Amino acid sequence: MIKIVHYINQFFGQKGGEEAADLPIELVEGPVGPGTALAAALQGKAEIVKTIICGDSYFNENEEVACMGIREILDEVQPDLIVAGPAFNAGRYGMACGKVGEVAHSMGIAAISGMYVENPGYELYRNFSFMVETSNSAAGMRKAMPAMAQLVSSWIEKEGKLGTPEEEGYMPRGLRVNFFAEERGAKRAVNMLINKLEGKEFKTEYPMPVFDRVEPQPPVIDLSKATIALVTSGGVVPKGNPDHIESSSASKYGEYSIEGLDFLTEASHETAHGGYDPVACNQAPDRVLPVDVLREMEKKGKIGKLHNLFYTTVGNGTSVSNSKAFGAEIAMHLKNAGVSAAILTST
Amino acid sequence: MPVVHIATVVPISQTVGANRIVPAIAIPHPLGDPKMDPAEEKVARREMVEKALTALTTDIEDQTVF
Amino acid sequence: MKLEIGNIHVKELAFGENTALSSGRVEINREELVGFIRELDHRITEVKLDIALPGEKTRIMPVKDVIEPRVKAEGKGSMFPGRNGGDEAMVGEGRTHVLKGMAVVTTGKVVGFQEGIIDMSGAGAEYTPFSKTKNLVITCEVDETCNQYDHEAILRRVGIETANKMGELAKTVAADDSRTYETKPLLEQAAQYPDLPKIGYVYMLQSQGLLHDTYLYGVDVKSIVPTILYPTEVMDGAIMSGNCVSACDKNPSIVHQNSPVIHELYEHHGTKYNFMGVIVTNENVTLADKERSSNYVTKLAVQMGLDAVIVSEEGFGNPDADLVMNCRKLEDAGIKTVLMTDEYAGQMGESQSLADSTPKGDAVVSNGNANMVITLPAMDRVIGHDVYADMIAGGAEGSLHADGSITAEIQVITGATNELGYHNLTAMAG
Repeated sequence: MIKIVHYINQFFGQKGGEEAADLPIELVEGPVGPGTALAAALQGKAEIVKTIICGDSYFNENEEVACMGIREILDEVQPDLIVAGPAFNAGRYGMACGKVGEVAHSMGIAAISGMYVENPGYELYRNFSFMVETSNSAAGMRKAMPAMAQLVSSWIEKEGKLGTPEEEGYMPRGLRVNFFAEERGAKRAVNMLINKLEGKEFKTEYPMPVFDRVEPQPPVIDLSKATIALVTSGGVVPKGNPDHIESSSASKYGEYSIEGLDFLTEASHETAHGGYDPVACNQAPDRVLPVDVLREMEKKGKIGKLHNLFYTTVGNGTSVSNSKAFGAEIAMHLKNAGVSAAILTST
Repeated sequence: MPVVHIATVVPISQTVGANRIVPAIAIPHPLGDPKMDPAEEKVARREMVEKALTALTTDIEDQTVF
Repeated sequence: MKLEIGNIHVKELAFGENTALSSGRVEINREELVGFIRELDHRITEVKLDIALPGEKTRIMPVKDVIEPRVKAEGKGSMFPGRNGGDEAMVGEGRTHVLKGMAVVTTGKVVGFQEGIIDMSGAGAEYTPFSKTKNLVITCEVDETCNQYDHEAILRRVGIETANKMGELAKTVAADDSRTYETKPLLEQAAQYPDLPKIGYVYMLQSQGLLHDTYLYGVDVKSIVPTILYPTEVMDGAIMSGNCVSACDKNPSIVHQNSPVIHELYEHHGTKYNFMGVIVTNENVTLADKERSSNYVTKLAVQMGLDAVIVSEEGFGNPDADLVMNCRKLEDAGIKTVLMTDEYAGQMGESQSLADSTPKGDAVVSNGNANMVITLPAMDRVIGHDVYADMIAGGAEGSLHADGSITAEIQVITGATNELGYHNLTAMAG
């Protein structure tokens, strides 16, 4: 029998409506409100050992404290699963349920929730919980609760290894999940080929990605007054890779000074990148990060200044989500330093 | 703040959404070539950086390969 | 070309007095074999041999290559032709004997922080197909006069020559089972099944420099234009690996020898379609080469009269552009495609998985998300050097724990997301 902790808000915790929305976290033994129906549906398979009740305003206005409290409770109770909501289309409640899922995820505890598809808590936190789609108001409770109970049962039966959103009835989490197929890839490819040839239905295992766009920025007006920064995904780092940037799937970027350097050498720099033949770059790192010619242009006054810091990471096997986060931070650093434009080199 | 992307595989640069793109020489050495005479190699690198600066000073409406 | 593959199933692999094969038991005289390997290059300073069997608490790392011992029992040519003067004969015909279930694995100090891990038991063993083979592991070190290219070349030679030497044991032994594969010259092949659609296999090979190279009849494939092969040539080692960078999705030589798409395509050859042959192509480092090679692939596919192809990628990142170019140009020429790749979707699987994209790629087989994190338990024995766990592609600072366990992405595991579909891992939207 598995242990469940249930998270609900002040309203479903029978503490009151909006007037009780500032209620801090309260921990109650056993199931409360919608939890009683869930407990009944899961009889023999799971037990709701504790219920966390928290006011929606309190959670959202004191998110850090609330999360700390949730973490402490989960640490102490050590549940197998946390269930949150259902939150329907209540925005603050959905955000709280989503956030609780994120906290649980960070502790290695699975989370199951339920909300309306347009609840902002789904969009923002869908990576972290299995969320059942509910109607947009609490009138849908009679459908939502059995659906959540069903998902919890399935989760128990399959020891956490749930199937696809369609099979199991949760909303897509926006994740790619590994599993071992019954047949090897080559055989699946041949079967797909036969179906495609014969005009029969086939299902791609990976729909091609779509990338987002940014607006082109206005140009630099006067180069002779501009500060130009160098950024690279080619992994150029000071010799010895002081911050241990990974050779693949980078979890960080580096910020390093090139003040006073006229060029880069084999003795001063190298590449940390594990995805291309590093010999040419290691011999002359200017081949990836052109400090030499930019320094000359600075001296001749063609550009105002070469920014004295460069930013670097390893593009090899690094996810778009990591790259996006690095990009946003690097852009902020450059902006704060008054940089006019950036040259980004890729390998 | 405008950004110019110096990249060898221009189609990837276009797919992922760079706006100002300057084609590079090769993946392991985008701004150089160990097979070239060192002086010539530097000339080639300077030309590419100059092109990148031109890209940064050019007003564009859409993705542009320089 | 017609090739009979005869398997001799290796039931036991052990060191002993004589190097011999009898009733499925391969015995190896350790000293003799060490001597043979040391003779291969004067820059070799150290050779150690170990046997790693399925289920043992053994870790092999950093792994360079995995090779299956094979031998030409009948017909011309030799395994992995074109490496040495005098062995330029074409292969793919006659009879080849295989020591099935055995593999030669090479390890030693890291060449370029890109090599892989094979665990013989535990969580990691699920992810590598080479936890199921009886492995003869060669730990080989070289002297300091070797640069990285020399180092790689010596280890490659050591692996291939040793596997071929082991293969010799099977030359005159009766096979336990056998199967014949045949593809005829183009015109005859087309005439054999005139009513079936013609299909082919576009076989993309890594060709980007150190630890990223592949050889076709001994030729570095970065310097070829795409060309046509009979599928059986590959079974005799026409394609040899020189790469293991991000070991999860690079093809060790054993994967080429048992090239999974070729074997699976033969299953329905003559019933569902007419398997005309293989187009091998590269994944080079300049845009001009990528354009030229994909144009050439398409031209060859049209020239062969193909209706549809399977295209398999090797690697990720910029080779995604080669995959996309091949797909787009083939589809534009009216040739249907099925693509085979793996994914780099982030440790949680939260990102899009490829670096390039085309709406024409509507039939994709995924061989799993390489960024997935796994903890590999401590082992009783490490063959090679586990100190590299923090450095190899897929590892990070702190990957190697004090107790010998390793937390890293499955990217570090040899063959985990093999893009030829050698294995069963895949990924779904969840």
